[in-house]
Amino acid sequence: MTTPLIEVRGASRRYDGGPPALDDATLTVTAGEAVAIVGPSGSGKSTLLNLIAGLDRPDAGTVAVSGTRVDRLGEAGAARYRRSTVGMVFQFFNLLDDLTVADNVTLPARLAGMARGPARRRADELLEVLGLARHAGTYPGRLSGGQRQRVAVARALVNRPPLLLADEPTGALDSAAGQDVAELLRDLNAEGQTVVVVTHDPAIARSCTRRTVRLVDGRIVADDRATAGAAEESAR
Amino acid sequence: MSVLALVVRSGVARRRVPTVVIGLATLVAVASAVLAGTLLAAARGPFDDAFARQHGAHLTLGFDAGAVTADELAAAAAAAVAADVTEWAGPFPTATIAPVVERAPGSPVNMTGAGRPGPPLTVVGRAEPTGAVDDLALTDGRWAAGPGEIVVSADGPLGGLLGARIGVPELPGEPTLDVVGVARSVTRTADAWVTPRQLADLLPADEAGGFQLLYRLAAADTEERIAAARAEVTAGDVANAVTGATSWLAVRETVERETALFVPFVVAFGVLGLAMSVLVVGNVVAGAVGTGLRRIGILKSVGLTPTQVVWAHALQALLPAAVGAGLGVGAGHLLAVPVLAEAESAFVTAGLTVALRVDVGVVFGVLGVVTATAVACAWRAGRLRTMDALALGRVPAAARGRRAARLIERLRLGRPLGLGLARPFARPARALAMGAAVVFGTTAVTFTVGLAASLVEVTSARNHDEADVIVDLLRRPLGGPGAPEGPSAPDAVGGEEGEEGEEGADAGSGDRPDPGAVAAEVAAAIEATDGTRAWYATAPGTLTVPGLSGEVAVNAFTGDASWGGYRMISGRWFAGPGEAVVPTPFLTITGTRVGDTVTLDGGAGSVTLRIVGEVFDPRYDGRQLFTDTASVATALPDLTPLTYHVAVEPGTDPDRYAAELNEPLGPLDVTATTGGLGDGGSQIAALNALAGLLTLLLVVVAALGVLNGVVLDTRERARELGIHRALGMTPAATVAMVVTGVLLPGLVGGALGVPLGVALHDLVLPAMGDAAGLVLPDSITDVYAVPALLALGVGGPLIAVLGALLPAGWAARVRTATALRAE
Repeated sequence: MTTPLIEVRGASRRYDGGPPALDDATLTVTAGEAVAIVGPSGSGKSTLLNLIAGLDRPDAGTVAVSGTRVDRLGEAGAARYRRSTVGMVFQFFNLLDDLTVADNVTLPARLAGMARGPARRRADELLEVLGLARHAGTYPGRLSGGQRQRVAVARALVNRPPLLLADEPTGALDSAAGQDVAELLRDLNAEGQTVVVVTHDPAIARSCTRRTVRLVDGRIVADDRATAGAAEESAR
Repeated sequence: MSVLALVVRSGVARRRVPTVVIGLATLVAVASAVLAGTLLAAARGPFDDAFARQHGAHLTLGFDAGAVTADELAAAAAAAVAADVTEWAGPFPTATIAPVVERAPGSPVNMTGAGRPGPPLTVVGRAEPTGAVDDLALTDGRWAAGPGEIVVSADGPLGGLLGARIGVPELPGEPTLDVVGVARSVTRTADAWVTPRQLADLLPADEAGGFQLLYRLAAADTEERIAAARAEVTAGDVANAVTGATSWLAVRETVERETALFVPFVVAFGVLGLAMSVLVVGNVVAGAVGTGLRRIGILKSVGLTPTQVVWAHALQALLPAAVGAGLGVGAGHLLAVPVLAEAESAFVTAGLTVALRVDVGVVFGVLGVVTATAVACAWRAGRLRTMDALALGRVPAAARGRRAARLIERLRLGRPLGLGLARPFARPARALAMGAAVVFGTTAVTFTVGLAASLVEVTSARNHDEADVIVDLLRRPLGGPGAPEGPSAPDAVGGEEGEEGEEGADAGSGDRPDPGAVAAEVAAAIEATDGTRAWYATAPGTLTVPGLSGEVAVNAFTGDASWGGYRMISGRWFAGPGEAVVPTPFLTITGTRVGDTVTLDGGAGSVTLRIVGEVFDPRYDGRQLFTDTASVATALPDLTPLTYHVAVEPGTDPDRYAAELNEPLGPLDVTATTGGLGDGGSQIAALNALAGLLTLLLVVVAALGVLNGVVLDTRERARELGIHRALGMTPAATVAMVVTGVLLPGLVGGALGVPLGVALHDLVLPAMGDAAGLVLPDSITDVYAVPALLALGVGGPLIAVLGALLPAGWAARVRTATALRAE
């Protein structure tokens, strides 16, 4: 039996006394999988992803990634966990405007202890692959939305994390740029990268993942592996 | 470069506005704190500090040059070294001259009143200003290098005359001297200095002049010890040649009496400057770190630990703060040059500098505040959950300020103004920080303005110089060898020359007309001059109170002096003979109250007076009494008025009146001058300059606090501004929106700051009076007029608008597309 990379059990999260943003969610993801978490706005998709990323903690339930109980980590422990285990891509990029593209990409590597030279070589390699090599010295403010999101992907991958999490990675992009990013995620998964993508767009889910988890009002209502074929088809 | 250095460098270099604002705020804060700290240091025992710095003379002795030679004096001084004397300087030749100011500084023409001799001056011949005893501090110009040059004492009658030419018409050859420098002797050993060779030309042909010897003593803490030392050094042949002696304790008492009231004011300015510096820097740094929440969230999301976040943001604030602090120390030193010159004037001292300990203390203190604030704010941010930091940094909390926005919308002010007015409700913490900066600024300015106004009132009340024209019989030139040796200010050792009169000097003696006759002629001349509205004359004397040690100064008046500027604390001014008014300390030391009677003894008899009022007058430690001349005629039958105070009719030009009055006064060797006696004028100017500078600095730091808030707010809502612009908001409307966004914090800050400033003033001023043993009259404490308060209240929003204009301009100029692309 394959050891699960992500194991979420009965996780719940409620904000400021309101209704549960996530309600008793249970989910297991094995290494190498590409999973799309879909659902309407406010269904708890991002909340689930944030719990897995260690950006937030559940009010109830457990979250484990690679055997680490993420829900028990303090802020410092969570920071170390993110350096070593998770690459995160946000809808609004969350790049540091005051760092160049190259510095943005190398930042997690440097935090993880990689020396400057190797970190820069790794960043250049990723930027080359993502078609951003000539923008290495540019500040993010001068790039288009699609380019910025590809920088965010490069930053997420710089430490070769076992898990890539993407929260609405195409949400702020036009359809062509969105499709580019979706293809990038699919290619990464094809190379063995575990990918969890939050999206409200079924087409994106179909094009880059082989499994769809549907949330409604904070509850997982479907876990569908039927899109596998479609993803593989698109990959071809 | 470590990853922390990368984050810090990018944060400092790319987030330019917060960096510059932190740097600027630190610069201004350090500069004002250096000034404030220096003032505080200077206010602590200013005379003792200057005395130590300038090796002041514990004992100054004057000798008759006709009775002893310089060699004999030097031998006597050298012989005394083994005994009580540790160091000595001299003998310096001395002369007394009655100079005429022939030409005003920088002017080719003669001054008004030129040709009439001024007060007598003691001139000392010294080759150089430095020496083992009584180092002279050159406050302006240079030392006299040769004939025709003179250096005047900053505290003497010619103190402000650098560049003037004075003449001595009474001397053979009528020598003239150019004032080439202004110097200050901590022990006030002369009114002016020339080269020793020049001094010979300042003596009448048949006179030998005098010598001055300056001593530093092993033990000089009591008058008894100084008197013993004096007896030691004047033993033998030189004893009979002594013409005068001055103790440093007497000089200190005089100087401290002059400066006592100013010290608390300077201390208050200093404390205010320090407090404002700390508050504003803390406010600015807290604002800068607070708006970096989203960045903190991103840094945490890629793996920065909370500790690294704290370090990064502390360093990010510290780097520009350190640069600002360095520049601030430089700016503080530059500003200290004029400020210390003013402080020297206020404290009647010299050689004040910015102490290294002040620099070090201020830099470490301010950087400590920066670090503590940055660490506290970043620690809070670092402990936030990453998602919360990201969310808080991006958008205001949902629903915050919506109700206020809806209410403001009903005012139908137009969309930009409405949006601007509603802004503080959407970001209350930011509005609070900006409002706090305005409160600090307005409080400080209100307090400073009140303090300065009170200071003017204190001096005015002390000088009681409401008169338009003064005729001062003390300023008649002294003649002949009987003129007292030594400058006019210090008292003599052991009261040898008696307690001075009200205006501080003996009227002198010699071949002059009877003082009573002169006084009568002066009074007649005043009565006869057109334009006289009122006049009174004062005659100084001394009496004793049975059971009280020491003497009480009596100010006996001829005529009604109630208009002269005497500020009553309680009761009323005396209405006629038999009544008196006294200062608060007199009541304290005699155990009397207003309404009681007091008996005073004089050489010729005793008088009993009823105390009808308590008057503000800090001179002579309050040991004085004001009454009608007739009240003390039995005890002091020979009192002669020495100063005449004249008020002219409305519409009469005091200068013309004085010139007219001088016609009959000329033959009496008396001059009428316009204005009051001028005591404390330079101190007031000095402290007003200090208050002005400090107010300016406080307004700048307060405006910087607002600017910081608005800049951070504008950057944060760049996208929102872009949306407004895309929807058709004009640049002018954008400016209006941003500026109205600070109006409310400004108004509230002003409304709070003004009463706080007034309350602080009302709290501090009586405490300052208490410290000096005085009750302050209402005219000194109630200095805020309603229009002034309203103007100060308007200052709040004005500071806020000043701080907001620059970033509002930036917001209006940014291209819509660029703003829309901002995250």
